Amino acid sequence: MALSGFQVVIGCEVHAQLLTRSKIFCGCSTAFGGEPNAHTCPVCLGLPGSLPVLNQRVVEMAVTVGLALGCAVRERSVFARKNYFYPDLPKGYQISQYELPICEGGSVPFAVDGQERVARLTRIHMEEDAGKNVHGVSADGASGVDLNRAGVPLLEIVSEPDLRSADEAVEYVRALRAVLMALGVSDGNMQEGSLRCDANVSVMRQGAERYGTRCEIKNMNSFRFLKAAIEYEARRQVEIVEGGGKVEQETRLFDPDRGETRSMRSKEEAHDYRYFPEPDLPPVVVPAALRERLRAALPELPRARARRYQDALGLSAYDAGVLVADPQVAAWFDRALEAYGAGREAAKKVANWVNGEVARLAHEAGAGPAAWKLTPERLAAVLRMVDRGTLGGPGAKQVVEEVYRTGAEPAAVVEARGLTQVSDEGAVEAVVDQVLLASPVEVERHRSGKKDLTGFFVGRVMRELRGKGNPAVVNALLKKKLGGGS
Amino acid sequence: MSLSLEEVRRIAALARLRLSPEEEERFAGQLSAILDHVRLLEELDVAAVEPMTHALAGEAPALRADLERPGLSAEVAVAAAPERAGTHFKVPRVLE
Amino acid sequence: MTATSGSELAALSARQAGAQIAAREVSSRELTEAALGRIARLDGRLGAFLAVTADRALAAAREADARAARGGRLSELDGVPLAVKDLFLTRGVPTTAGSRILEGWLPPCDATAVERLEAAGAVLLGKLNLDEFAMGSSTENSAYKPCRNPWDLTRTPGGSSGGSAAAVAARLAHGALGTDTGGSIREPAAFCGVVGVKPTYGRVSRFGVVAFASSLDQVGPLARTVEDAALLLGAVAGHDPRDMTSSARPVGDYLAGLEDGARGLRIGVPREWLGDGLEPGTLAAVRAALEAYQRLGATLVEVSLPHSRYGIAAYYIIAPAEASSNLARYDGVRFGLRAGAGGGLREMYAETRQEGFGPEVKRRIMLGTYALSSGYYDAYYLRAQKVRTLVRRDLDQAFERCDLVAGPVAPGVAFRLGERVEDPLRMYLADVFTITANLAALPALSVPCGRDAATGLPVGLQLVGRPFDEATLLRAARALEREVGTFPAPEVA
Repeated sequence: MALSGFQVVIGCEVHAQLLTRSKIFCGCSTAFGGEPNAHTCPVCLGLPGSLPVLNQRVVEMAVTVGLALGCAVRERSVFARKNYFYPDLPKGYQISQYELPICEGGSVPFAVDGQERVARLTRIHMEEDAGKNVHGVSADGASGVDLNRAGVPLLEIVSEPDLRSADEAVEYVRALRAVLMALGVSDGNMQEGSLRCDANVSVMRQGAERYGTRCEIKNMNSFRFLKAAIEYEARRQVEIVEGGGKVEQETRLFDPDRGETRSMRSKEEAHDYRYFPEPDLPPVVVPAALRERLRAALPELPRARARRYQDALGLSAYDAGVLVADPQVAAWFDRALEAYGAGREAAKKVANWVNGEVARLAHEAGAGPAAWKLTPERLAAVLRMVDRGTLGGPGAKQVVEEVYRTGAEPAAVVEARGLTQVSDEGAVEAVVDQVLLASPVEVERHRSGKKDLTGFFVGRVMRELRGKGNPAVVNALLKKKLGGGS
Repeated sequence: MSLSLEEVRRIAALARLRLSPEEEERFAGQLSAILDHVRLLEELDVAAVEPMTHALAGEAPALRADLERPGLSAEVAVAAAPERAGTHFKVPRVLE
Repeated sequence: MTATSGSELAALSARQAGAQIAAREVSSRELTEAALGRIARLDGRLGAFLAVTADRALAAAREADARAARGGRLSELDGVPLAVKDLFLTRGVPTTAGSRILEGWLPPCDATAVERLEAAGAVLLGKLNLDEFAMGSSTENSAYKPCRNPWDLTRTPGGSSGGSAAAVAARLAHGALGTDTGGSIREPAAFCGVVGVKPTYGRVSRFGVVAFASSLDQVGPLARTVEDAALLLGAVAGHDPRDMTSSARPVGDYLAGLEDGARGLRIGVPREWLGDGLEPGTLAAVRAALEAYQRLGATLVEVSLPHSRYGIAAYYIIAPAEASSNLARYDGVRFGLRAGAGGGLREMYAETRQEGFGPEVKRRIMLGTYALSSGYYDAYYLRAQKVRTLVRRDLDQAFERCDLVAGPVAPGVAFRLGERVEDPLRMYLADVFTITANLAALPALSVPCGRDAATGLPVGLQLVGRPFDEATLLRAARALEREVGTFPAPEVA
């Protein structure tokens, strides 16, 4: 980052909504949206007399993540109350973990521009989400409170201040997200807020030993915003320090419209959360047997998978990295490869399609592999047609797009659209001969070497074949017939 | 030990209590007396003592299986609210 | 003998009432009408009830009678009229916790203990008066009305379950549920001359009980007789999947060994509990009870609870700290009172809580907020939790030498209304004997042991037991009860 003379220091707090059916302390649905307050009960409404009952799956997921990231898993961890008043916080406290979190230590490896880096983790803990304050629910300017999200389980993953640029922060979160998705504990959706990242940003003079005062930046719901927010914030802090000022420790909100961070006015008042152990919840015990059972069930993690793609399949680091960033995509790739054929060449071809055309279509639709109508088997069928020469490159793209949208069988699409390619040499040769015969002037100019008119002839031949000629066959025959004119 | 009025006000603000000037005075006196009594605890050397943070000891309670259970309808959930807007709880404007 | 008149019906213990329903000698309807009649006649002076649910009670009584007629009674309590402290959630029935802030609130569900009583067929007469949010030892902190001691209407019934104790003593209900955080069942039981049990922490579900101090609160019965207390405790005790602090240990049959007597019991008498500060009449009654135990074949063992003198200090940090957090939910958003909404969010919080909470509640919220606030946590809350460990350790050591510990419930008999309201510390200090069992999470009870010679008012003996050993406590209490008898109905004049 171009902040000459300064080093930016970043630590990240990632909040991941866990993919459980029910909330962390009650049986209410975790489904996104719904009629306001329709997913509530006395517990998540914080009614008097209600008590939290811990969801087993939340503990298992927290331990699984801890094990995958090399954390020490506490055999006995303790929930604590974080006390503050806010309309979206029904009990007046959030049940979280404070002194004794379920996981400590561990690290997240990631890569920036091909450079391997590691960010150490401070801790991972379980907590409940708050509800939502909604504006504009009535004409008088009052706000509304919807507690459907209150009590949705979150995992907070806190890194050490080990990140040294916005790019590092982005790649760290990307790598962490891939792990969470691979473990099946998070859908990784930043837009909907099921994965949120806050960044603690500070700057210090190059070579200084002490970190500067940090600001906590919130509200970055995409990698792009994360990068923009950190870069803006670092510049802001450098300007302050260079101007002889002092950075105030505060919480700042990223405003994506203006690309700026700004102080959160309502949080001005100093917080005193008055943490204390939650008396309604006994300590969480993770027996060694449970821990080891969860360890044995760990799936292949993204980095191991990427390594395997590079070593065994010969994919580039880039292709491998893109594939494993979403474990569902990687699994889809594996199935396509299985359907299509083994070998490095096959892998490269499939990876090109998955990371290219298929990724483009998926990005447009904003949907994950589960929603794709293009199955791995159907992609393999398309590739085989290309290999056989019955389908050309542009035709293949059209087929993939239609299959992606409709789920039709590739062969049927090729048939219906008349995309079958003419690869029969005899048939192509007849057309080539006809074209050359009809264009003596051009043939002469080409042969004399005045001008390379190969493109002109290809175009003519293709027009005669209504675009269905196999380009390789057409090119080869033209070359043969025109001789070494070019 | 004596609690200053300023401290009483700080605590009241933290607890979202509005106290009248008389209450502030009275609480400063009463809380000071109670805290004086609490100083008795300072006699004890508790450095090596584990705190009893949880009253039910020696049992690792069963956790809840991750199953969805019907809760309240939105209508019932907001039925007791002092003010509502649709099925939202209505509150004075919340500033970001 | 079959009871016929209203007062004869009202005089029946819960178990007797149940037995007569079973024998079809009386109907639940007759019992319920008799209780409702007494409430109507006497409670204006007593103030034990905050709500009387006559229609529901009569409907429940009809169902109980139908079951009795079919021979399909649900339990010994089927058809027996009871009442619960207004800290228990009752679906569709106002639940106030004695506070303005919950005025008019209709809970959408029942407390587990209430659910279990109703599943046993009990008829619920209504909701009983208490100190606001169970904070107090006199029931004077009720936001609605004070409750009076049926033995002397100028005196308090104790608290915070004062309405429960007064109603049971005055024969307005055949038994009641209360809650005990620092003595709130035992002290009023002692003041009103009834039996009160605070079970081991975790023995009875706290689900649906408005929380005061979560690590100390426990539900228990107030009853005319030890047998009734055993019956009621058995009906509500046991694991509840909705309360993670409820124990999974099986519940014993509390009635089974009840008549086994005191012979062979080793009763620990803490030397710290029979010293200065006890009223002479109370000391005399407690001593007489201990002597009675010796006559009954029990052995008295002197034990020491050196940390019990720190109990009040630890308790008045822990309980207010937890309360300050538990009471944060009363914010005017989802239920209950709201005030000051026109002036913005901060205004709404402050006005709602200013109007909704009484002085004692505010005092404790202040104290607890202070004890947890930044820079004070270690000095107060953490230290208090450590002292709690020491208090428990004292008891564990005592139980190496005895089967239960006996002593006074309160330093004296029921005090006069208004006598201590201006001196909270003095009020707090009177909890010294009861607080030990809450801090140590142990079972304890109060059983009538005689009268104070000067006033004629009831005195209670406190018994504290090993974890989950309610059975031994009840057996010992029953042995004493056989010796000293139960109190008759007071003349409520």
